[in-house]
Order: sequence, then C-alpha cells, then structure tokens
Amino acid sequence: MSLIEHKINIQNNELEFFLEIIFRVFGYDFRNYNKAHVKRRILHRINNLELQSISQLQHKVLYEEGYFDMILRDLSINVTEMFRDPGFYKSMREEVIPILRTYPYIKIWHAGCATGEEVYSFAILLQEEGLYERAQIYATDFNPVVLEVAKKAIYPVQKIKDYTLNYQESGGKNLFSEYYVARYDSVIFDQSLKKNIVFAEHNLVTDSVFAEVNLIICRNVLIYFNKELQNKVISLFTESLIKGGFLGLGSKENLMFTDVFNQYQVIDSKEKIYKKIVTSLK
Amino acid sequence: MSYEAIVIGSSAGGLKALKIIFDNLNQSFTTPIIIAQHTSSRSESYLATFLNQDSHLTIKEAESGEKILRSHVYIAPPNFHLLVEEDFTMNLTVDEKVNYSRPSIDILFETAALAYKNQLIGIILTGANNDGAFGIKQINSFGGLTIAQSPESAEVPIMPQAAINTGCIDKIITLEEIAELISSICN
Ligand SMILES: C[S@@+](CC[C@H](N)C(=O)[O-])C[C@H]1O[C@@H](n2cnc3c(N)ncnc32)[C@H](O)[C@@H]1O
Repeated sequence: MSLIEHKINIQNNELEFFLEIIFRVFGYDFRNYNKAHVKRRILHRINNLELQSISQLQHKVLYEEGYFDMILRDLSINVTEMFRDPGFYKSMREEVIPILRTYPYIKIWHAGCATGEEVYSFAILLQEEGLYERAQIYATDFNPVVLEVAKKAIYPVQKIKDYTLNYQESGGKNLFSEYYVARYDSVIFDQSLKKNIVFAEHNLVTDSVFAEVNLIICRNVLIYFNKELQNKVISLFTESLIKGGFLGLGSKENLMFTDVFNQYQVIDSKEKIYKKIVTSLK
Repeated sequence: MSYEAIVIGSSAGGLKALKIIFDNLNQSFTTPIIIAQHTSSRSESYLATFLNQDSHLTIKEAESGEKILRSHVYIAPPNFHLLVEEDFTMNLTVDEKVNYSRPSIDILFETAALAYKNQLIGIILTGANNDGAFGIKQINSFGGLTIAQSPESAEVPIMPQAAINTGCIDKIITLEEIAELISSICN
C-alpha cells in the first residue's frame, strides 16, 4: 500500500450517500457494515485511483465499467485459508459430527464461503468421518467472482505448507497430500470433494432463508457487520436451522450479546460452536 | 491540548519495550491505550496477561464492538486487524495483511486518527519493518501528537526510523521518557 498521504477526508454523510447509491443501483447493501472498515477501504480506493473526492469515485462507479466490481472487491474481503483455526475443526469432529451421524441425511450451509477453502476443508473432514455421502452442502457468497474460483478448487501451491500444518492440527486422519495433485504452481483438489457441493450466490443482508439445514458455518463475515445487522443475520440463521442444528462462527464472533442467545446452547465457547435448542416459530 | 487516547505500535522487541513503558507510568494515569504488537499468526495471545500482572490499569485483548474506556489498555488479538470506530468502539477484521502484518499498526493508527482527530497520541516503538509510518502521517495530519522511540535506544531501530523519516514525528525519546511524557500531559 502506498505511503502517499490521504489528502482528502470523507464526511460521514457523503459516505452514507455513496452507500445508499450503491444499494439503490447495484442492490448490495453495505449501509450496516462497520463504518471504520468501509471508510478506510473507500479512502484507500480514492487515493489509489488518484481521485480528489468521493463524488468523483461515485461518478466512476455509476458510469464507467469495472468500478463497481472494484468496490465490491474492496468491501467484501475474501481472505480465507484451509482449516483456518484448526481447533474449530477439531471441536467439530469431536462435538458435532457424532450428533450429525445420527441423521440419515444432513444439510450443511457455508455462508460467506469466499474462494471455497473452508468448504473443501469441511468436505475433507466429512469424508474422513464417513458422512460425506449423506451430506448436501450449500456454499454461498454474495461475490460471484470468488464463487467461480471456489468451483474450480485450484489454489496456489505456496499455501500448501501452511494448510498442511493446519490440517494436521485439526485432527486430520490422513496425509493431506492425498487430497490434491500439484501441477506447476497450483494444486487441484480431488473431484470427489465437489460432488455434493452446490455453490450459489446469496446475500446475507438482502436475501431470505436459504434452506432448512443441520449445520451452518459462517465464519469471519459477521465481524464486518454492526450489531443491528449481526442480529438480523443471526435471526436468519436461526430460522434456517432445524431444532438441534448447529451454528459455527468465527473465533472473534459471538452469540452472547445477540437477541437469540437464549435459543442456543453453547457447545464450545472458545471455538464459537452453538446448538439451537428451540423449534422455529414458523 | 487534552488527549483522549493513545495508540502504540510495536514489533520485534516490543514486549520488553511495552513492559518498560507500563512500569514507568504514573499511578494516576487513566488515558485509554490501544496497542498493535506484531506477533506470529500462529501464536496464542499472552501479551495482555503478561502486561497485566502488576499494572494499575486493566490490560486486555480487544473484542469486536467493545467500547473504549479510561484506565483500560486494549491489545489487538494475533491475526486480526484492530480498527477504531468514530463512536469510540473497536472492531476487528481479517483483511489481508498490511506491511506483512496482521494486526497492522497503520490500520490502527489511521482509523484512530479519524476517530480522535487532534486528541490522539501515536507512538512507534522498536521493530524491523516500516508498518506505522503511514499511520503516523495520518495522525500528524489531523494534528495529533506523534512520538517515536529513539532508534539508538530501540532493540530494533528500523521501525521508529521509518516513522521519523516521514518527517511527521514530534518527539524522539527513550521508553522511560515516553512514560514520563504521557504521564504528565495526560494528567
Ligand atoms: C473474510 S471472508 C471469510 C471466508 C471464510 N468463511 C473464512 O472464515 O475463512 C468473508 C466473506 O464473506 C462474504 N460476504 C460479505 N458480506 C456478505 C453478504 N452480505 N452476504 C454474503 N456473503 C458476504 C465476502 O464476499 C467474503 O467472501
């Protein structure tokens, strides 16, 4: 990132207006994302394009091709990795899998799956636990570009060393290298992992309930939302989960202060795994 | 000028440096401090526990949505960026690394500058890269006070030197002097 000083600042009402326009024109609603994050990203974009104001950026986004995609990329942060937080997967194996095993058929929803690393990690875990064949996996994100990457299951080879460590720490049962083939500077994950996964566009802010599922994994997405939006999305999850279904959040996300906390039982407070204990109202 | 908050960025050698500052703070010091200390992404967080041992301040890891309070010191958790909101709460993100670092000092400093404007003190301590230099410029452009640990007193001089090279540093002093200065001006 450049060291050029930000010569401009954005007034909060200008930023709100910009987000309002984005919502009206493109349907993506960032109005309740955390402000410091959004403002910083937009400031850096303005700076990077060597523009003088947010209204100049707004003009480009509205009238020139490619600029909205840039903003979507700036605000959607697709950073992810395989077996991120190995303890989460370990806890899933130990606490959640034994219960999922009691169902003849299970549905799993990865919300905000980015480029798919988390989905394939969990698919590996399901295969090792012998549950993959009875699982239907939905993997959604609101950014169509990352979903295309996710569908391919091809990742840069430099990352494999870290992923292998994560996999081992997560309680992996095999050699990690059994799941991919390396080709030039990429690795391609096994086709058998894809079989039961459906990738689809879904916006947690503006779209409704996706399916009735046994497990929702939504990690490092809510962290970008303000309290109000977190509550709204958690309610959506609560509606989508069957009674006795599980919710797995990111390590710095929490159900504790949300409206629905009393509808869940804490399974693992460190790894943020919860079980829904009430029946849906519908 | 009254200062409402202090942000500190530190990297290699930072643990010892922070300890010296906290050991030398005046007992009546209550201004909130927010720290981005570089750590390896695989490390567990122990900095807060380490510093909290014999301080009159409550030193803890920052949580998302947490309000910034007096007599509190907040530390960015390993592998998360820490951002200050304009309503003086904090948020965490998993954005890509900045200057090879997460937490990034720049991100903390630039968002804190937007929130606290000229009522902010930014301090750069020992370290081996130039994270924080951009943040220092931002704090300076809002009229906040900027301090760098004197490079010759730093375990690793590169980071404070990079901050000094921006031309936006107001004071270049040792750790003991930093503690003394902030104790006196924040009283
Ligand atoms: C930081 S990534 C997290 C990826 C993965 N879950 C993990 O923890 O490694 C956040 C993802 O959430 C997606 N996202 C952000 N807002 C969203 C929304 N309103 N609806 C659906 N996905 C969203 C982004 O596109 C991005 O891919």
